[in-house]
Amino acid sequence: MKSEFTPPIGKISQINGQCISLIGNDIDTDRIIPARFLKCVNFDSLGESVFEDDRKTLKGRHPFDLEENKNATILIVNSNFGCGSSREHAPQALMRWGIKAIIGESFADIFYSNCIAIGIPCFTLTKKSIQEIQKYNFSKFLFLEIDLKNSLGKSKFLNFKLEIKESSKKMFLSGEWDATSTLLENENLIANKYKDLPYLKFNAHL
Amino acid sequence: MSQDTLFDKVWDLHKVSSLPGGSDQIFIGLHLIHEVTSPQAFGALKDKNLKVKFPNRTVATVDHIVPTDNQSRPFKDNLAEQMISTLENNCLQHKIKFYNIGSGNQGIVHVVAPELGLTQPGMTIACGDSHTSTHGAFGSIAFGIGTSQVRDVLATQTIAMNKLKVRQIWCENQLSNGVYAKDLVLHIINKLGVMGGVGFAYEFAGPAINALSMEERMTICNMSIEGGARCGYINPDEKTFTYIKNKLCAPKNENWDKALTWWKSLKSDENSIYDDVIKLDASKVEPTVTWGITPGQSISINQKIPLLDDLSPNDKSVAEEAYEYMSFKPGQAIKDTPVEVCFIGSCTNGRISDLRVAAKVLKDKKVSKNVKAFVVPGSEKVANEAKQEGLDKIFKDSGFQWREPGCSMCLAMNSDKLIGNQVSASSSNRNFKGRQGSPSGRTLLMSPAMVAAAAINGKVSDVREFINK
Repeated sequence: MKSEFTPPIGKISQINGQCISLIGNDIDTDRIIPARFLKCVNFDSLGESVFEDDRKTLKGRHPFDLEENKNATILIVNSNFGCGSSREHAPQALMRWGIKAIIGESFADIFYSNCIAIGIPCFTLTKKSIQEIQKYNFSKFLFLEIDLKNSLGKSKFLNFKLEIKESSKKMFLSGEWDATSTLLENENLIANKYKDLPYLKFNAHL
Repeated sequence: MSQDTLFDKVWDLHKVSSLPGGSDQIFIGLHLIHEVTSPQAFGALKDKNLKVKFPNRTVATVDHIVPTDNQSRPFKDNLAEQMISTLENNCLQHKIKFYNIGSGNQGIVHVVAPELGLTQPGMTIACGDSHTSTHGAFGSIAFGIGTSQVRDVLATQTIAMNKLKVRQIWCENQLSNGVYAKDLVLHIINKLGVMGGVGFAYEFAGPAINALSMEERMTICNMSIEGGARCGYINPDEKTFTYIKNKLCAPKNENWDKALTWWKSLKSDENSIYDDVIKLDASKVEPTVTWGITPGQSISINQKIPLLDDLSPNDKSVAEEAYEYMSFKPGQAIKDTPVEVCFIGSCTNGRISDLRVAAKVLKDKKVSKNVKAFVVPGSEKVANEAKQEGLDKIFKDSGFQWREPGCSMCLAMNSDKLIGNQVSASSSNRNFKGRQGSPSGRTLLMSPAMVAAAAINGKVSDVREFINK
């Protein structure tokens, strides 16, 4: 486990860090954090249980157990990463292990929105580029500098134009990814909507 | 971009504002919560010194962690007890309606809300659970959210979200005898892939969908997420309205008339525009079983597990992983695969019609002595109805254990778990590695009728051989 965990806060425009590659398509949230670890009323201790069953199966050879990866912060994955359950425990576990950004071929929808909501930018790249990074990273240390504003990933040897949803990018750059306060700003509009929705007129209050 | 579909109409109706980043602020008409994904959201409210904005638009029940053998309090599992009591306290403190164990209305959140009449056409419905797509069966726009979004709904009754694209899945003809909604949705996921629906809402339509009962429609929409689609829905019709009528929370008297008028106006226009349309022939679908570690890895009962060469390049690596994990050989038949555990239940297939179908197969038959079989009704209401019909007796006489309602071994957060590399025939929704509680446990997804057939024979079987006799 890493040193004391501090959650991200405010504007996020630059993420620099070492890459950790996890190879495989359709890695689901049950694998990221098995259901038995969801028996908790806070997220604090999830970091140590990330990929618990996969790690046990691989007996120390899982990327999240390798000594050389212990300071990694940028996760490189393949397609449909985070499919399955909506459990935010999955990105929370990754974040608490030390992950600050994810680059992949594609992400499952709910996992993606959960990452954005807790301050983990997710970028996409073509299959070819991801495989290139993973191949390189397999044998060598890869330190990447991510410039969110220009959507660039730079290292000594590899440079990439990263894709990220425009709405997500703006939220990180402006620091409004923690949505609650932005949503609350429209209090009057919310009150009007509550008043106007047809079905709230013919349904008794719960 | 889609236009004039039910999805577009409901989205536009609930749009509160366009947010600076480009996503929309969407009002959530009905918010459902349970014990697993809500405690941290209430904690965040407290940290931010916020209140629940509209407590009368959130409803709670307890489902994921409840034991199905002995539900007396305190639960034997301390952590489970802590979770249920945290939910009790949060609901009490924030004045949220909570259907607790023993209320007569507790159960899996996606079984309970429809049977209470809470789920209605034209609503937006959110819940911290990916199978919230179930509620789309009523012509609502329903989707799973994470805990941070649960916090946002509690605090503001809205969330920030990008509008989804809409794909219509048109199902021609009818399902044949012995083939169920579960088989159809497994077939769809197999055809479109487990990530085919990413970025989409699925509109299920066509004669085969119209012919389905409301409970079967829920099974279809429930598994949209297994195809990558966060939301799946079906345009409401007379069956929808009949199902809702007289339910506990359904509009009554003059409110019913108002509701009906509005609901009837809610459907995709005939000339609406979709981002994509897929057509398939439901009469060609056969009883379907998964053989791998994603819900897309399925075959019909008489097919063989695909060879690597039969698969597209993108599917090969997961297939190799699946052969190894499942200990299956490419080209091997799925029929006659021995099973050790049979589970009927879950938000996909734990409703009364699912129990009726399975009981019909099991009547006057015995579960194989090599099989541990148990049935977990989706809710207290389902359990009571089943008892009134004598279904519990049929299950027990056959050798099935009759349990109390909850999510149970769908995700194994309680003590119902596979042991070692046991093979289970399961009516649930996910066959992920380790999903059913053992890191090496193996899950074969199928319809409840097929689970019943597998339980009798002790191996994967074609249920048509039972019902067509």
